[in-house]
Amino acid sequence: MLSFIVRRLGFMVLTLILASLLIFAATQILPGDVATMVLGRFATEQALDNFRGEMGLNRSLVVQYGDWLFSFVQGDWGESLSTRADVRDLVLERLRNSAMLALVAFVMYVPLGIVLGVVAAIRRNSWVDHVISVGSLAFIGLPEFVTGLLLIAVFALRLDWFPSSSAIPPDAAFFDRHTLERLVLPALTISLVSLAYIARMTRSSTVEVLGMDYVRTAYLKGLSRSRVIGRHVLRNALLPTVTVVAIGIGWLIGGLIVTESLFGFPGIGRLLLFGIQRRDLPLIQATTMVIVVIFTMANLLADILYGYLNPRIRFR
Amino acid sequence: MATTTETTTGRGSRNVLEIEGLSVAYRTEEGDIFPVRDVSLTIGKGESFGLVGESGSGKSTLAMGAIRYLPANGRVTAGRVLLSGRDLLSLSGKEMRSVWGSRVAVVYQSPGNALNPSIRTGNQIAEVARIHLGMSKQEAHQRMLEMLEKVKMPDPESVARRYPHQLSGGMLQRCVVAQAMVTNPELLILDEPTTALDVTTQAVVLDLVAELKQEFDSAILYITHDLGVVARVCDRVGVMYAGEFMEQGAIRHLFKRPLHPYTLNLLGCVPHFSLGPRRKTLNTIPGFIPRLDELPEGCIFAPRCSLAEPECRVAQPPLVRAGEDHLTACRRWPVVPTPAEHMDTITADLMQARGEAENRLLEARDVKKYYPVPAQGPFRKDKRKVKSVDGMTIWIDEGRTLGLVGESGSGKTTMARTIIGLVEPTEGTISLRGEVLGPTTRSRTRDVLRRIQMVFQNPDASLNPRQTVGQSIGRPLALFGTPRGEIPGRVLELLEAVHLSPSYYRRLPSELSGGEKQRVAIARAFAAEPDLILCDEPIASLDVSVQGSLMNLLTTLQAEKGTSYLFISHDLSAVQHLSDWVCVAYLGCAMEWGDAGDVLNPPYHPYTEALLSAIPIPDPDVIQKNIRLEGSVPSAVDIPPGCRFHTRCPRFIGDICVEEEPPWREGEGDHWIYCHHTFETLVEMQKETLRLADHDHGSPGVEVQV
Amino acid sequence: MSASVDTATATPVPTRRSRGETLRLYGRRLLRQPIATVGTVVFIIFLLMALFGPWIAPYGFEEQSIPDRLQSPTLQHPFGTDNFGRDVFSRIVVGARGIFLLGGTGTILAVMMGTTVGLISGYFGGLLDEILMRLLDVLLSIPSLLLALVLLGTVGPSLLNLILVVAVLYIPMIARVVRSVVLDLKTKEFVEAARIRGERDSYVLFREILPNALPPLLVEASMRFSYSIFLVASLGFLGLGVQPPSPDWGLQINEARNYLESAPWMLAFPALAISLLVVGTNLMSDGLRRVLQPGREDS
Repeated sequence: MLSFIVRRLGFMVLTLILASLLIFAATQILPGDVATMVLGRFATEQALDNFRGEMGLNRSLVVQYGDWLFSFVQGDWGESLSTRADVRDLVLERLRNSAMLALVAFVMYVPLGIVLGVVAAIRRNSWVDHVISVGSLAFIGLPEFVTGLLLIAVFALRLDWFPSSSAIPPDAAFFDRHTLERLVLPALTISLVSLAYIARMTRSSTVEVLGMDYVRTAYLKGLSRSRVIGRHVLRNALLPTVTVVAIGIGWLIGGLIVTESLFGFPGIGRLLLFGIQRRDLPLIQATTMVIVVIFTMANLLADILYGYLNPRIRFR
Repeated sequence: MATTTETTTGRGSRNVLEIEGLSVAYRTEEGDIFPVRDVSLTIGKGESFGLVGESGSGKSTLAMGAIRYLPANGRVTAGRVLLSGRDLLSLSGKEMRSVWGSRVAVVYQSPGNALNPSIRTGNQIAEVARIHLGMSKQEAHQRMLEMLEKVKMPDPESVARRYPHQLSGGMLQRCVVAQAMVTNPELLILDEPTTALDVTTQAVVLDLVAELKQEFDSAILYITHDLGVVARVCDRVGVMYAGEFMEQGAIRHLFKRPLHPYTLNLLGCVPHFSLGPRRKTLNTIPGFIPRLDELPEGCIFAPRCSLAEPECRVAQPPLVRAGEDHLTACRRWPVVPTPAEHMDTITADLMQARGEAENRLLEARDVKKYYPVPAQGPFRKDKRKVKSVDGMTIWIDEGRTLGLVGESGSGKTTMARTIIGLVEPTEGTISLRGEVLGPTTRSRTRDVLRRIQMVFQNPDASLNPRQTVGQSIGRPLALFGTPRGEIPGRVLELLEAVHLSPSYYRRLPSELSGGEKQRVAIARAFAAEPDLILCDEPIASLDVSVQGSLMNLLTTLQAEKGTSYLFISHDLSAVQHLSDWVCVAYLGCAMEWGDAGDVLNPPYHPYTEALLSAIPIPDPDVIQKNIRLEGSVPSAVDIPPGCRFHTRCPRFIGDICVEEEPPWREGEGDHWIYCHHTFETLVEMQKETLRLADHDHGSPGVEVQV
Repeated sequence: MSASVDTATATPVPTRRSRGETLRLYGRRLLRQPIATVGTVVFIIFLLMALFGPWIAPYGFEEQSIPDRLQSPTLQHPFGTDNFGRDVFSRIVVGARGIFLLGGTGTILAVMMGTTVGLISGYFGGLLDEILMRLLDVLLSIPSLLLALVLLGTVGPSLLNLILVVAVLYIPMIARVVRSVVLDLKTKEFVEAARIRGERDSYVLFREILPNALPPLLVEASMRFSYSIFLVASLGFLGLGVQPPSPDWGLQINEARNYLESAPWMLAFPALAISLLVVGTNLMSDGLRRVLQPGREDS
């Protein structure tokens, strides 16, 4: 088991290094001349030169990359080009907000998705299954900005239960009514796609397990249906769900970007969009790296959890 | 449909299971089909009933229907099932649950899948005791250990703590049996419990079943396709065909004097040692099992029966009593020939007059194939090797067959793959007619590639699902230089040679049965006009009646074309039937080899002796030596030192076996044994057990076999 | 009993089907799933819209008419008009073209590249496979919308860039699917039989392996296409998709945000179009999976 974790850690570090290279390439090499990109096509040669000097763009790309990665690892994420603020403070503050939003969504969709998936599998081919399966297939196809706007139209504008904008102050305290009620609609918006995804995946793994010989054994041992499902099916069916949930975090992040922008929520996704609109390279690089690190860690965690829960890996 | 409910009855003791006129239906896209129709049987207390049939005969459906465990689209449409007098079909779902696991227990084919991978085996067994016997956790734990001891599990405490993936197939099957016997059920259903196991493991599990019969008084319903297994463990037997019983009776009656042509034919399909000289044709049954939606009128076997007369096709014959404890569904049973008469009519002698001096065709010398052990971590390179083949030498003469026998892990398949160049040998050379061949297909010339062909085990994977039969057979022709215009003609010739009609030319593999696919694969191999064909378990996955016809086909084609075979099999009877020479392999190394007649007659290598004694022979009168191998095959990573068989050898001498590699001892004629025992001591020892067996069973005229 | 040889031609075995029957079986299987059939029909309608949009649309998509702005649906403007008085229906019909152009071309590119990578990686294995797979892992370690935004944010959202980004995002998934199919097929006996005959790698890859990899590839591609619609629309909504004044559903919805109460049709119809197309495509690919790979539940 230890060697399993060590190997996964090794892969994660390798992936992160390559990903940082990719991000660096996408932001600093791909666009051609960075100075022109940031300052615009009509900047004077003098201004461009100054900018290049300031940003260290005259050095070789290898040096630039090494320097950038080194500073990033050390916690020096640079200064925002557009606001002159320290990128690290900015990113961490917004990350806190996004984490809160994601957490609220996560607690909503993961358990519900699993329950729906298991129920659909157990009642396979019944109307319950059809409703859940077709419903999840439909929700997987609804972009967040569509569901978000529909939710706003119904729950904010028509019923006036929740505010339509979630533009809380970036440093707002969380556990007060004002903030929490502004989290409900965005959290709901993000949840729907992931909910559908988890329900579908859970259903298919449960259906697979239900067809296994050992389930037949369990029934023929005279166990009640609830005991067969609870003790013999779920344990094995939910194992792959661990990985599914981790992969689903990728969806969640995509959802965050769109939803935050739609609701005006001060999170990391909106910060990224802001950075992209202002062509604020340090900001883009830092946000992207932070998100990639989190996503990769979540996957690593899922891998380890999977290995721990699965005796076939634990006792190899 | 006949309405007879006549059944043979057991030893007169109380009946545990009585099935009367049971019919089962499955709902399908094209309407209902009936895989089991109006079937009756009874099993007495302490009695074991063998339910035999080929795939599609409905034997498992019958058992599962009787205990009401059918898939969602299945249902019982008629009949009565009494378990100790209680009607199972009238029970509620809840009542049925209290029957399952406590009064009826089921064990089936692959033990690896029958246990939950994420629960410790001990807990799974104890669960039954807790639910049905109302035991506390401690009591259930005790009961579980007791049961594991009853099934002769070594070190029950530690086995109980392990997860299924940490146990071998034989151990798993014991756990499943232990789980089944916890409540001392009235009825134990065993559904092909040994089919997934190696012969020697199978023998141990069969012994276990026989012992359980002594210890518990459960009625046993034993479902299998293997007549030999039935003869070994059952008291009575029922032969099923397409959802109906053809014949039922005590095994002695039924095997000695089958009174239904189907049974007679099935027995004739299997090569067995008492059959006499090699190279006789095996029996075959023309045609196929009928589709359940197109059942013939009258007797369902009539379309394939040589005894059938017009009346047979009019009304379905009922099961009639044809002797004490013997029922048959054949209306012409008085004229069914005896097995001996039957054999005389079918065994055309295929043995060609064979010249003595033969040329050596292929020689594989000191072949080793080591694989690296997969690394467990980035910094921990495992330097050990998986020694799949560990120094094997074989040769094959022109026009002859070498049979390579061994259980899983013996390296026989790797050997074939090395010979043909699919894997590169770690050491050793392969030469064809004295010319040393390149280690892989890439390094061999087109002509060499042409001269060695292969037929694989799995018929479903050996043909490209997207290519027609014509394309599959035509490709090697085109590749090896047949002019384009002549290809279709040649393909048709080849189809004819494997007894397939020209209509198969345009068919896709999904439209063929398993046996037909194997015929196409054989035709494809012969298309290259090879000198040698490697047959890797080509019949293992087929029904017995199809196995027979494929073995006949291989024999005829060899006689016609003079092609040599390397015939790889775990089935000693098939090897004995087809081979001129035999090589017995264990753990990547040959143990004994030589002329088939010499190898398969005493003296044997102790491993060969154990293998032979493990084969179930479909003749209840044959007494076999009771030699069983303990434990399981050691890992090919840590091969035992000295003689690699010493850890399981029933003829173990002592330190010498552990410390020194045995010598190759040469016997008379062409016969070599890799053992520390001399030929003389082996003869002496093996004579002794033979006498013992003889003594046990005194009756004259009984054939004493291995 | 008839001896020695048997001719295997007598009666048909239960599993045997002729090829015509197999095709009809596929058709029956599809029709037995009314939901998948509906999905396919929806997909085809949108495809026709994309092909013939300009001829179907009653107005030019850029045709502004300030006096007619924010009109609710009428016979002249079945889906109403937007804040510039443009016909919403016409913009949706013509917008379909952009979605299919971007998503479709991007997916096709991804299928071509991904299949190549998957075939090579799976068939040849070894170090090359290891390297390729690590690189794909890196692409997969960045959430797809994030990667798309970063790439488009720096290189700019031109049509070509959008197509390339869609392709880059989906190459890893397609390559993985193809690779896993190849790994499975590679050990199949019919492929080994080809190697034993000494067939060239190209023959083995393209004649023995690829045809058998097509069904799962087709299913995967249709799934990817539905995701790409989702992605392209999301990018449009975020302002990094097709640039105005070209019609784009995501962009249309973004513009509708300010008129949620006064002109709900500005949101409703483009939203309906996106949902219908994505859900329709999903249902279709789900149906395809069941028809082409029966017995296999979801991916």
